[in-house]
Amino acid sequence: MSGNRVAGKGRVDVGKSVRFTFDGKPFVGLKGDTVSSALLANGVHLMGRSFKYHRPRGPVAAGSEEPNALIGTRRGPGRFEPNTRATVQEIWQGLETTSQNKYPSLKWDIGAVNDAAYMLFSAGFYYKTFMWPKSFWHRVYEPFIRAAAGLGVSPTEEDPDTYASRFLHCDVLVVGAGPAGLAAARAAAVDGLKVVLVDENAEVGGSLLSEPQALVDGQRAWDWLAAEVEALKAAGVRIMTRTTAIGYYHQNMIGMVERLTDHLSDLPADTPRERMWRVRAKRVVLAQGALEKPLVFHGNDCPGVMLAGSAQTYLNRYGVLVGQRPVILTSHDSAWFAAFDLADAGAQVQAIVDTRESVRDDLLAEAGKRGIRLKIGHTATATKGRLRVTSLRVNPVTDGKVGAGYVIGCDAVLMSGGWTPSLHLFSHTRGSLAWDEDLTTFLPKDTPENCVIAGASRGLWGVEAVLNDGADKGRAVAADLGGTGGETACSVASDRTGTGVSHTELPTDLNPGKAKAFVDYQNDVTAKDLRLAVREGMRSIEHVKRYTTNGMATDQGKMSNINGLNIAADALGKKQPQVGLTTFRPPYTPTSFGAFAGYHRGAHFEVTRKTRIDGWAEENGAVFEPVGQWRRAWHFPKPGEDMDTAVRRECVATRQSVGIFDASTLGKIEVVGPDAVEFMNRMYTNPWTKLAPGRCRYGLLCGDDGFIRDDGVIGRLTTDRFHVTTTTGGAARVLNMMEDYLQTEWPDLNVWLTSTTEQWATIALNGPKAAALLAPLVEGVDLTDEAFPHMSCVECTVAGMPARLFRVSFTGEIGFEVNVPAPRGRTLWEVLWEAGRQYDICAYGTETMHVLRAEKGYIIVGQDTDGTVTPKDAGLDWAVGKSKPDFVGKRGMARPDLTSEGRKQLVGLLTEDHSRLEEGAQIVFDPTQALPMTMVGHVTSSYHSDAVGRPIALALVEGGHGRMGETVHIPMPDRTIAAKITPMVFVDPDNARLKI
Amino acid sequence: MTHFSAFSLLKNALTGHKNWTEQWPDSQPKAEYDVVIVGAGGHGLGAAYYLAKEHGITNVAVIDKGWLGGGNTGRNTTIIRSNYLYDESARLYDHSVDLWENLSQELNYNVMYSRRGVLMLAHNVHDVQSFKRHIHSNRLNGVDNRWLTPEECKAYCPPLSISKSARYPVMGGALQERAGTARHDAVAWGYARGAAARGVDIIQNCPVTAIRRNADGSVAGVETARGFIRAKKVGVSAAGHTSVVMQTAEVRLPLESYPLQALVSEPVKPVFPCVVMSNAVHAYISQSDKGELVIGSGTDQYTSYSQRGGLPLIEHTVAAIAEVFPIFNRMRMLRKWGGIVDVTPDRSAIISKTPVEGLYVNCGWGTGGFKATPGAAHTFAWTIAKDEPHPINAPFTMERFRTGRLIDEAAAAAVAH
Repeated sequence: MSGNRVAGKGRVDVGKSVRFTFDGKPFVGLKGDTVSSALLANGVHLMGRSFKYHRPRGPVAAGSEEPNALIGTRRGPGRFEPNTRATVQEIWQGLETTSQNKYPSLKWDIGAVNDAAYMLFSAGFYYKTFMWPKSFWHRVYEPFIRAAAGLGVSPTEEDPDTYASRFLHCDVLVVGAGPAGLAAARAAAVDGLKVVLVDENAEVGGSLLSEPQALVDGQRAWDWLAAEVEALKAAGVRIMTRTTAIGYYHQNMIGMVERLTDHLSDLPADTPRERMWRVRAKRVVLAQGALEKPLVFHGNDCPGVMLAGSAQTYLNRYGVLVGQRPVILTSHDSAWFAAFDLADAGAQVQAIVDTRESVRDDLLAEAGKRGIRLKIGHTATATKGRLRVTSLRVNPVTDGKVGAGYVIGCDAVLMSGGWTPSLHLFSHTRGSLAWDEDLTTFLPKDTPENCVIAGASRGLWGVEAVLNDGADKGRAVAADLGGTGGETACSVASDRTGTGVSHTELPTDLNPGKAKAFVDYQNDVTAKDLRLAVREGMRSIEHVKRYTTNGMATDQGKMSNINGLNIAADALGKKQPQVGLTTFRPPYTPTSFGAFAGYHRGAHFEVTRKTRIDGWAEENGAVFEPVGQWRRAWHFPKPGEDMDTAVRRECVATRQSVGIFDASTLGKIEVVGPDAVEFMNRMYTNPWTKLAPGRCRYGLLCGDDGFIRDDGVIGRLTTDRFHVTTTTGGAARVLNMMEDYLQTEWPDLNVWLTSTTEQWATIALNGPKAAALLAPLVEGVDLTDEAFPHMSCVECTVAGMPARLFRVSFTGEIGFEVNVPAPRGRTLWEVLWEAGRQYDICAYGTETMHVLRAEKGYIIVGQDTDGTVTPKDAGLDWAVGKSKPDFVGKRGMARPDLTSEGRKQLVGLLTEDHSRLEEGAQIVFDPTQALPMTMVGHVTSSYHSDAVGRPIALALVEGGHGRMGETVHIPMPDRTIAAKITPMVFVDPDNARLKI
Repeated sequence: MTHFSAFSLLKNALTGHKNWTEQWPDSQPKAEYDVVIVGAGGHGLGAAYYLAKEHGITNVAVIDKGWLGGGNTGRNTTIIRSNYLYDESARLYDHSVDLWENLSQELNYNVMYSRRGVLMLAHNVHDVQSFKRHIHSNRLNGVDNRWLTPEECKAYCPPLSISKSARYPVMGGALQERAGTARHDAVAWGYARGAAARGVDIIQNCPVTAIRRNADGSVAGVETARGFIRAKKVGVSAAGHTSVVMQTAEVRLPLESYPLQALVSEPVKPVFPCVVMSNAVHAYISQSDKGELVIGSGTDQYTSYSQRGGLPLIEHTVAAIAEVFPIFNRMRMLRKWGGIVDVTPDRSAIISKTPVEGLYVNCGWGTGGFKATPGAAHTFAWTIAKDEPHPINAPFTMERFRTGRLIDEAAAAAVAH
């Protein structure tokens, strides 16, 4: 055991030593240590370098509020994190840690030259310079500034760990398991109320872990704590440790992250690293305690300068003396107890320096008992020591005048500037805060959420007061939820209560303009930076924060905010609440991306929707493309075929004989009810009243702006039942739009809408042999032009399966779409495949579908239209029911610009040189003009077409419908292509091929 | 106004920085102004600056309900680009980029316009078609934008995963090298300082409660928490709250307001050289000069004035980042926040006269207003000064929603089939 470890102190396991490394050097700590406590036990204070000045830094705190001691942590390949707080990371056998933001070493860091030139790097200096010469900004200054960024280094490998997420619903969530939280949970856990108690630490207890001297109802604090934990468990309270409540969201939703493996030597199999909990609690008790404030004076960042309460924690919780010869520097009673604890543990306390003019008698007496030198009414004006503090310069202050300074040798300075309630989560609720002049701090006031604040986070001090307040709040919350009973009040002996005063910078006799008195340690923001910001006109704390970066470090302002506010207020000559308060933002402590992403990684980033026929496609060599969440067979290359060859073969086979296509992804919506036809009349541009049952029609859907939104073939099965199909990507949008209109505009209509996309498998057969193939398998209808003409639909039996059969075509060939219950889709596919062998049936994918439909001049919404195309622009004016009294988009499409001349209209294009155009290429009338050119349209679809014998294209062209036969030009980077405007239908304009 | 330079910085460093003066005064309102601008964000302050500098109108006040630059100017992810599809947008945003490139010198305030390149990733065939259309259009409009293969994307942005087995593999990208980022606060402060130096009053913490009109219908001034302020002309540039303010003048605007969230990671050493946007998986990311990864999320599903968004959307955003950049999975989120964005039906802005004489509006920037700051401010000032739009903002009228002459950039990225 090292010299800084105190026998009989702490909660670490002295029997279990743990080996780890820091910057490659091996260290031994004890089970239960953090990296910080273990290094301190080994006499190491220097753990990092600051952001701007690269100043040597050691831990200033013992918990999650630590701004200085940030390290890299590594567990083998792929498992590295920068900026880990050494004060939180538990050690485990084999843990590798490294210091950050230094070169070549932590002790000798070249970046520290910035510290010497600190006068140049004042707040906001970069706004004032680096502007001349202009060309230097991009080439010299900016790269220089960017190279200086950051603390640790980013991981470079993919993360091998997994992350989980869960929901949790409870009656009462208690955040913080210190005395207030423990008491609140105990009092609320009555009458079967479901209570959850969370704490970010490895064990519950909070401040009690640092105050073993307290006697609660006569029991020693740690014995009481152990019994209390058992009682809570017996009462059914769910206790979650290593779990941080990171954010408070609307309607009492709390996000919590549970860390499951970062403290373990051996990773258990199948255990996620972290788990995000989304908690809905009927009531929330926030018992997050209070944070100690540093004192602001020259040299307050030297390694060895630390919060007094944290030194107490290192001693009582970890058995570590942070210094053998500490000086206590305080404006609050609480640090006196730290002095006593350290002295009793064997430290030679060099002095207690208190800024106040007088101090309570009992403290003076206790100090006297221990023979500690007292410097009441003193200020601290400097520290000495490069990598570890060696002395503190103190001066008497009389009537506001700073007297001559003298030096006290020491190896640690333990400071306390008083305490600030931790109100981060309360702040997330947009709760209001009130300034308390007595406590010189903000206290919680009102919040729109259903939560209460207990204990030190509402300014209470001392174990007894906090315990009883927690119990009161727990009881009140339980009563609110219909519970009764709860705990009675308890009494605490050896309680340590106290008061203090608040400072801005400590008074000094040195030139304040040269003082490096840090407020935000990590970002190197000093008191004079804050005063400079105010001098330059930054009057709101929000401006001061942004100008200086005070409070924007990874401690989220936990250390710096209140000191920053006090100094800014002082500089402005204002009282505290007038300066305002910056808003605390989630998360409470930095939280890994993995925890937010949860299961949504890799293949599970988003669900991959597959049709029932997807497996067949995969087995038969399909190449897939993502379409929305779906994956669709793009083409079916045979060995040695590239995409072009495969698509050409599929096109030819379909036009010559028969092709089979999986159309299951098409959106399907069942529109049913007595008013179904009226609903359809209002939603779609087409008229539906005269459509007979058993017939179908191409339906066109516009937005209220009159532009095309979606399309699809719609069958009327019976008078009150429509089978609506939508585009694959538009299915959800169309259903939402329908529901929106039905529920908000036409609630009088008696119609039900049901998504049936995934209930049907849809197989399309197209080609001259389609009817011949299908007819023998169909019962209930003859597949002749007379009995079942083009654009018919029927419920029948296909291959013994109940089916909805549509005679439709998206290729220009004879076409059928067979819908069968989805689970039977693959069976039907295979039946059709077998039956089609005699016709050399060919499976085709979406690309062939695109080619075939383009040859026939059928549009694809979203490709040939883009949200600015009217039915008329697309040549679909015929699909608009002009005599209908109203439909969605009717008014929109009557607006002047939508009816004016010169709109871009959809046409066909044939290139003069038979080259294939690029989709998206822009069209001009005059190819000789200079940039910027006047563009008159663009190519929307372009394919090679064997049926036409040359490439074809569809395009939107200004006034296109009136320009048939005219030549337009497509300027490409290397040449300009001329093309002739043609009608959109390239194949079979007379529809002869649609007849059986 | 103290001139900022390396020399002045050095001189002041030697005197302990005691002699810097305030960058702008916190003004009290006068009884009357030639122009009152409502909203002291980058757009409003910039308009005041250009009114004073280019139109000689210096009797101007910029009034804000809070602190200047405290709204969306200080809450966005600072992406600047101009590779828009339609001529109208391309001209407006390219005008902005032209101004961005000289803004530090123009304002004598380093706004750190960082020409680091914006790479937009394509993850499906539709993206490819859409981006290529943009690239062709940009080329003929003289706007920088070019296509990169997945391998070229990876070379330009090394943290990017171009794994073919990704859920949405990268199929390529459109790169605008001239695009980048800027320091958002500096934009507001630089304009504020420049405007104040030319006589503009910046009045903070003074909510405008109503726009008052004369008997003939023309604008009379604004009612504020500090009393009535008479104004010959009023320009409203209040982002998410524009529709609320305009309603008091009985001008209804086609705006919906949504919360939009953003977040930063803990700072790390330089790892991310450019800006990457992925519409398909919804990830927008760059690295700040402090080292934080700056990440944009999406708008909430529902309209709201609450400046905090939901957790699920953030989870999705972070998942998207980890999907496209798997090495960042163990990075930690430091801070997230929300702002209120005002969205028009075609998601393009309105910089326009209004039916009320002397009342002008600049709004509807949705999720992308920061990049337009100089261009919007410049043309808004022109519109106010001359009582007619600059040719660049002429298409961005309120009237277009009545006539149907929309500028629908988002529609061009619609997905179907």
